[in-house]
Amino acid sequence: MAGFREYKIGARIFGSALGGSMCITLLFPSINIAAVSSTDIALEKAFSAGHETGFNLDDPFLQGKNKPLEVSLKADPKTGQPLAQAVKVYVYKAGTSFPAGIIHPRILGEGIEQVSVQQGHITEANKDAGAVFAIEKSIYQGKPVSFVDNLTATKGWTPADVMRVAKDADISHTGAGKTMFVREGCWWCHTLLPEQTQDWQVFGAPPMLGDFNGESPTAFGSDRKAPDLLHVGSRNSSKEWMMMHFFNPRLVQPHSIMPRFDYMWGEKDAAGQKIDYAKWKAEYTEYTEGKRVTPPEVPSYASDSEIRSLVDFMLSLK
Amino acid sequence: MFKYLLGKNEDIPAGSAAVFFGFSSIIWFVIGTGLGSFNAAKLAFPDFVSGNIYFAFGHMRQVHVMAVIFGWISMAFAMAMMYITPALGNTKLWSEKLGLWNCMFWNVGLALGLTVLWSGVSSGREYSDFPWPIDLYLAVFVFIPLATNVWMTILNRKTQGIYTTNWFFAAATFMVIIVFLVGNSPEFFHLTGLTEAYLTWWFAHNVLGLWITPVAAAIAYYTIPKVTGNPLYSHRIGHLHFWSVVVFYSTPAAHHLMSAPLPEWLKSFASVEGVLILVPAIAFVSNIMLTMRGKWYMFVENIEVRFTITGCLMAIPLNMQGGFQQTRAINWYIHGTGWIVAHAHLALLGFSTFLEAAAVYLSLQTLLKRKLYSLKLANLHFWMLLIGFTTYWISMTIAGLIQGAGKIYEVPYIDVVIAEHPYMIARWIGGTLVFVGNVLWLYNMWMTARVGTVVPQGRMPHELAYER
Repeated sequence: MAGFREYKIGARIFGSALGGSMCITLLFPSINIAAVSSTDIALEKAFSAGHETGFNLDDPFLQGKNKPLEVSLKADPKTGQPLAQAVKVYVYKAGTSFPAGIIHPRILGEGIEQVSVQQGHITEANKDAGAVFAIEKSIYQGKPVSFVDNLTATKGWTPADVMRVAKDADISHTGAGKTMFVREGCWWCHTLLPEQTQDWQVFGAPPMLGDFNGESPTAFGSDRKAPDLLHVGSRNSSKEWMMMHFFNPRLVQPHSIMPRFDYMWGEKDAAGQKIDYAKWKAEYTEYTEGKRVTPPEVPSYASDSEIRSLVDFMLSLK
Repeated sequence: MFKYLLGKNEDIPAGSAAVFFGFSSIIWFVIGTGLGSFNAAKLAFPDFVSGNIYFAFGHMRQVHVMAVIFGWISMAFAMAMMYITPALGNTKLWSEKLGLWNCMFWNVGLALGLTVLWSGVSSGREYSDFPWPIDLYLAVFVFIPLATNVWMTILNRKTQGIYTTNWFFAAATFMVIIVFLVGNSPEFFHLTGLTEAYLTWWFAHNVLGLWITPVAAAIAYYTIPKVTGNPLYSHRIGHLHFWSVVVFYSTPAAHHLMSAPLPEWLKSFASVEGVLILVPAIAFVSNIMLTMRGKWYMFVENIEVRFTITGCLMAIPLNMQGGFQQTRAINWYIHGTGWIVAHAHLALLGFSTFLEAAAVYLSLQTLLKRKLYSLKLANLHFWMLLIGFTTYWISMTIAGLIQGAGKIYEVPYIDVVIAEHPYMIARWIGGTLVFVGNVLWLYNMWMTARVGTVVPQGRMPHELAYER
């Protein structure tokens, strides 16, 4: 170690240079970022996506496990009476991990945290029993604020109650769909970040500082080879178009370079029939060669297929 | 290799670890560029091997990136460290055995990591795509043993001072461990939201700025003086380079997110620091160019010098782009377009790869004590790499400018896709040239090890004439 002495000064300068750099690039920004409150968009994203969408031990193969369901509730789960207005609730079945904002309410931000704890009873939510959450409005220190309501604690609505009255068409697998978005690498070409230039006229408003609290991964994307998707559900909300486009993008956009995602239909279609991919491809080839007038029909996807959750996620991007 | 893993350190021939790292790096280069060429074909011809989850673009793109960064580039770095660090300290590598184990764990871990990535198991974070157990594995079994070997070799040196190359090696191996552990902390500790987004790019920026760029430059600081016989032009400029890398290159991470909603002061600060990266860049390029004084004929005649100087020359457009494209005035136009893809390839395939290829050529010949098998193949490799890369870079730069124009003039997106199509084909051809060139290189180095002319004791390989 004797030889190191002459470099003591160098090592000290190096330590302070790198340490100073890390202070400016990590410590100071983290103070700013931690002070940002969730917007409504952040709350909706965080509660529909659940705890973590990238690799995690509860869903190591990114199959869309350990995810909440987004339900458009049209009837009171206790009485079965129709509600005056549909309510969007996030159903965390027993054992589903809660989003970061429930585990660390501070992430929700000033005001939202206090109201969600006092009025929304979010600290009473229990992972083992499951919980149902909704985003609601209230007043905090004289100002309007959104907060998270733990309906299981405040109204006694359990996940089982909600699922009993929910029809399949009212359920959106948004969280599992985001898993598909990450696993299939949609974000290698489609950004989720309209830029603060003219972008917002075509792709919609750029996100704001508080739009990401509790989200992981944010999957902005960096290399845009295809349209931005942050507001795609507002531009195009047709399930049928999405279905054809995912099965073979060239069906709806002949010049598209998007890969086919037909494999996400799985083995069987909506009617439970086995999907004959070879036959479909043969007929499609005939169509491209001009031997057929119309392309073959795209099979309707099964309600538990992977593509269903991906389409649900797309349509949730308002 | 396997017989040495359990043998005594003293029984392992000096340079074994470097040789295994060298060949591993070339093999990963072939794999990485092969995947790149395959991916490029998919962007040019979308129905090429489509509709299969295991060959989907979204599953393979990141495998290409990680294979070239952590397979080719980083393993070539490890080779250079295992060879150059002891050579500059007039000593032996601290532990050949640790080096060999390091090489084995590296290959196993990387193969495992790329397999899980390929199957879609990803953290969803660009450049830190590996799931956190793989990140942890890479830190503990790859970078920490590598750093230990480098630091201990420097401490056990038999020379009085430490040469420039070894400052960089010692500092970069330290910084990459910090960058790996801090940059992946969102995964280790489930940090979310903007913190996660920002740390993703903090990692991506710093793994390039504090690992790839300085180590590549450090290699040139060795190769050029060693092969030309000229002393380094200025150690003071080397000092300037070193300290300005630490101060200016470690701070502009936020300039990757100029269009994202980060605190504005952070973006402005990052942008200014980003321009200041020109300080180490100019220091480095001028130092190497001035070292070449009186030996410019070697740029034509010597393959190692030609690779290194070509790489250094490419550092000029690289840093001019890098310094200014991240300012708000330019970034709004080219952000997220193929321009950036071209720039990233200029950094990794242009600048960095050419410096490392020279080091691998030089080290493997020196350590194996064998003259390069075929100059013709080496020349072919050089030109295929250069022409392939240039084709790629030009086509992607044009595609990026088209995308930028499409973005600000609000052209329907599909028209941008149609306009880009010829450049996607050109990019695929360029990438394929690079891949084929690397296959030739692997063959050339393999034949060098098998049948290359033996270099006499006390001579350098470049002092001998080629036979083929």
